[in-house]
Amino acid sequence: MTLAALSAVVPIACVVAAGIAAMVAEAFRDPGERLPIGPLGAIGLGGALVASVLLWIRGGATSFGVVAADNFGLFVTFVILIAGLLSLAISGPVIERERLPLGEYYALMLFAIAGMILMAMATDLLVIFLALEVLSLGVYALTGIRRDSPASSEAALKYFLLGAFSSAFFLYGIAFTYGLTGSTRLDRVGGLLAAQAMSPTPLQLVALGLLLVGFGFKVSAVPFHMWTPDAYEGAPASVTAFMSSGVKAAAFAAFARVFLTAFEPLRPQWTTAVAVIAAATMILGTVVGVAQTSVKRMLAYSSIAHAGYLLVALVSANDEGKGAILFYLLSYAVTNIGAFGVIGLIGSLDRPNDQIRDYAGLWDRHPGLAALMTIFLLSLGGFPPLAGFIAKWYVFTAAMQAGQVGLAIIGVLTSVVSVFFYLRIVVMMYMTTPDVSTDAPARVSPVPRVAGVALLASALLVFYLGVLPAQVLDWAAASIGTIF
Amino acid sequence: MTFPILTTLIALPIAGALALFGLRDEPRNEVVIRRFALIVSLLVLAEALLLWTRFDPASVDFQFTERHAWIPAFGITYALGVDGISLLLVVLTGFLTPLALLSSWGSVHRKMRAFCMAMLLLESAMIGVFLSLDLFLFYVFWDAMLIPMYFLIGIWGYGRRVYAAVKFILYTMAGSVLMLLAILGLAVLQHATTGAYSFDLLTLYDLDIPRSLQIWFFLAFALAFAVKVPLFPLHTWLPDAHVEAPTAGSVILAGVMLKMGTYGLLRFAFPLFPIASAYFAPYLATLAVIGIVYGALVAMVQPDMKKLVAYSSVSHLGFVVLGIAAMNTQSVQGAVYQMLSHGVSTGGLFLLVGMLSDRRHTRLIADFGGLKKVMPRFVAAFLLVTLASIGLPGLNGFVGEFLILLGAFSWNARLTALAATGVILSATYMLWMFQRVNYGPVDKEENARLEDLTPREWTVLVPIIALIVLMGVVPNLFLDPMRVSVEQLLDHVRQGAPVQIQVREQ
Repeated sequence: MTLAALSAVVPIACVVAAGIAAMVAEAFRDPGERLPIGPLGAIGLGGALVASVLLWIRGGATSFGVVAADNFGLFVTFVILIAGLLSLAISGPVIERERLPLGEYYALMLFAIAGMILMAMATDLLVIFLALEVLSLGVYALTGIRRDSPASSEAALKYFLLGAFSSAFFLYGIAFTYGLTGSTRLDRVGGLLAAQAMSPTPLQLVALGLLLVGFGFKVSAVPFHMWTPDAYEGAPASVTAFMSSGVKAAAFAAFARVFLTAFEPLRPQWTTAVAVIAAATMILGTVVGVAQTSVKRMLAYSSIAHAGYLLVALVSANDEGKGAILFYLLSYAVTNIGAFGVIGLIGSLDRPNDQIRDYAGLWDRHPGLAALMTIFLLSLGGFPPLAGFIAKWYVFTAAMQAGQVGLAIIGVLTSVVSVFFYLRIVVMMYMTTPDVSTDAPARVSPVPRVAGVALLASALLVFYLGVLPAQVLDWAAASIGTIF
Repeated sequence: MTFPILTTLIALPIAGALALFGLRDEPRNEVVIRRFALIVSLLVLAEALLLWTRFDPASVDFQFTERHAWIPAFGITYALGVDGISLLLVVLTGFLTPLALLSSWGSVHRKMRAFCMAMLLLESAMIGVFLSLDLFLFYVFWDAMLIPMYFLIGIWGYGRRVYAAVKFILYTMAGSVLMLLAILGLAVLQHATTGAYSFDLLTLYDLDIPRSLQIWFFLAFALAFAVKVPLFPLHTWLPDAHVEAPTAGSVILAGVMLKMGTYGLLRFAFPLFPIASAYFAPYLATLAVIGIVYGALVAMVQPDMKKLVAYSSVSHLGFVVLGIAAMNTQSVQGAVYQMLSHGVSTGGLFLLVGMLSDRRHTRLIADFGGLKKVMPRFVAAFLLVTLASIGLPGLNGFVGEFLILLGAFSWNARLTALAATGVILSATYMLWMFQRVNYGPVDKEENARLEDLTPREWTVLVPIIALIVLMGVVPNLFLDPMRVSVEQLLDHVRQGAPVQIQVREQ
């Protein structure tokens, strides 16, 4: 192992360094002193971004033991870093309004990002578990960071208990895999599983099933989705933005890596199971989403539905499907952070303003935010020429190519249903006047510059990915060649 | 490099809409904003007419084609081209948009900038639908078009506008997502056959599609287009959308957007899947004839003028589908002609009803009566457009319906005979409405002081009336450009399904 191989962990090191710096800064901060901890984190993420770009340009999979900076891992790292940067940018106003502890918030977020990157690059089941725990602990704590809010604490506790439960499943899965093959390294597990006589043996299926449950929890697939709406609703909007995009990206990266390399020999067995889960996830996510009155809960169910589309791409498991996972993660991250960013800006201290009716007449009060929200919602609904359309189109191309016509049909029909609830917010913003008899929503304060720029950048990215996706699609296609 | 005339046609309204960001959306800017939008739409019309003069009617190929790689990994190209059929529809779009904008001057006073932007973006997407030669590009325009229309209905519409807007967008989307899958299926089949994806229409025309797949793909395409047309029994979104939309929205909906369904059948569903289309043609025609009679009967009992015109569209578009299903020279030419002429005359009717509604804020037939004494010039224009809609010889409606019935008769005499009753029924409901609104005593006090046509309204109506007469008197002006293209299309369909067509022609 040469020193050059160490460069594979430079992106993670940058983020961890920023996290430690944030912690130290918080510890030495005088009470009431304002330190630029957010920008510090952004610098760390920027460094990680530069390191990842250099690794990408160098090509070839630089690997440091069980951490491989291959193109697949790097692409997901890009998604996570972009999600992280945008989340940092939209966090400022939320932290200020809710009086959240500045240093802890940023430190937890940065450590969670480090865990996510590690998860995207890990090639050993135990390292994946380690990364999973690092990111989860950060996100659990962030969910409950509003210590004086019962909803927030309840959400954090639920998330933590269910998450710990799923981690146990995951660990059991790793144990069984090790018992079967004597290894936890993905490449060896794959080879050994394929070589075993009478495959699939019942024990192999048990290991597979346990890992599936563990991943199912993390990507919020039905029936392991129960924590999602509560956690999304209880957490501050900026945290929800972060966890809906980042956690999903990291979890799906590991999910795809484990199932398409180590468990590739068992694909006929897991295809059916994942297909059923995908169908259930798409249907439940959209149908229950229709009934929601809280925007955050609604977007939580939408997030479940989107996990279903990602699972369709995973089931398809052809080149298109693998590329589609990556492109979808990117476009979903950009879009969803934008939407939650708007929610975060609209909220105020005394009112979270996360009910759908709070959006009535937003067009008159704040046309810019209304327009941005519309762009994000239409992209989530899959309208051209926005990122969400290309992402869904890519997934459905993969499904058709793989002969999964049934899943494709469920996918397109559920996306029509989902348009119904995305449009409910648009109807509120543009076509409903606020009910003046009840207390009128507080006047929206002017948008802070950093958050505004971040939202604008997200919107531009949504358009870019929707109108000129060719370059990013090529990158996604180039990312899957290295590992699968 | 030649001048990209088709791209500029699509880009001009978008550029205009973006330029509107430069003007603040304030009441004092209202006049500037709407004049600016009108000028942009007139420029589009001028460019569309320029396209017509440069168009070579003798050529069988798509003209002014532009091709640029868009998503090369999937063979998706930005491919535009125009033939005789799409040329006329683009001109129709260019013709109706400025009139719709002008008509809104009296009725829209809220959020003028957003309104004009929605209209311009809508125009751009509609032109894009007609010009696309790549199925992916076509679908992008097809779906993108829904967004501005949704806002037009939902924000500037009448009473139940939100319900109508959501119903419109969900109905249309539900119809079209399966078409998206069929498009993907075609591309995947192309990939399996040749090793490369392609969404190019002309490439896919030559793809050999097995019969069983043709049936499924055709059903998916036909569903999308049938919702748009709308074909009975998928028409229920139409009365709501038309009635609740602002006048400008109704004009565009009825004038252009309904034609996208029939255009889609003609350009995509029939030539791509000739065997399936030969198989399904009688069923389509049956639904079309049911629509003709049903639409006319329902129109007859409507108390609301706008709803009456909306149902008359169901009836008139039934003729177009019948003409397409019959797939012979006269019937298809008649169908395209009817598409244009319905756009002009129904657009005219919606404009007229809008003028009444601007004055009285009601559209109920019972609230009017004796208008002939109060506003004679208005009634004269109303009469002419009504007669055009009925299909009086010498005016535009006659040519299309006659050609369709002539062509369809040689294909299926029984259905055609039933369809012909629609002509009589249309005279009944239109004239009865006309009589109740315009003749008799002025028994409502509010009607006694109604103002006759204003100069702006004259400007809106004169082009409509001129075109109604022109299309009725010199139909060859409009039939000539499409002749070769229609023949080419028919040849293609016949080659694709030789057996069925031979059976049909015996």
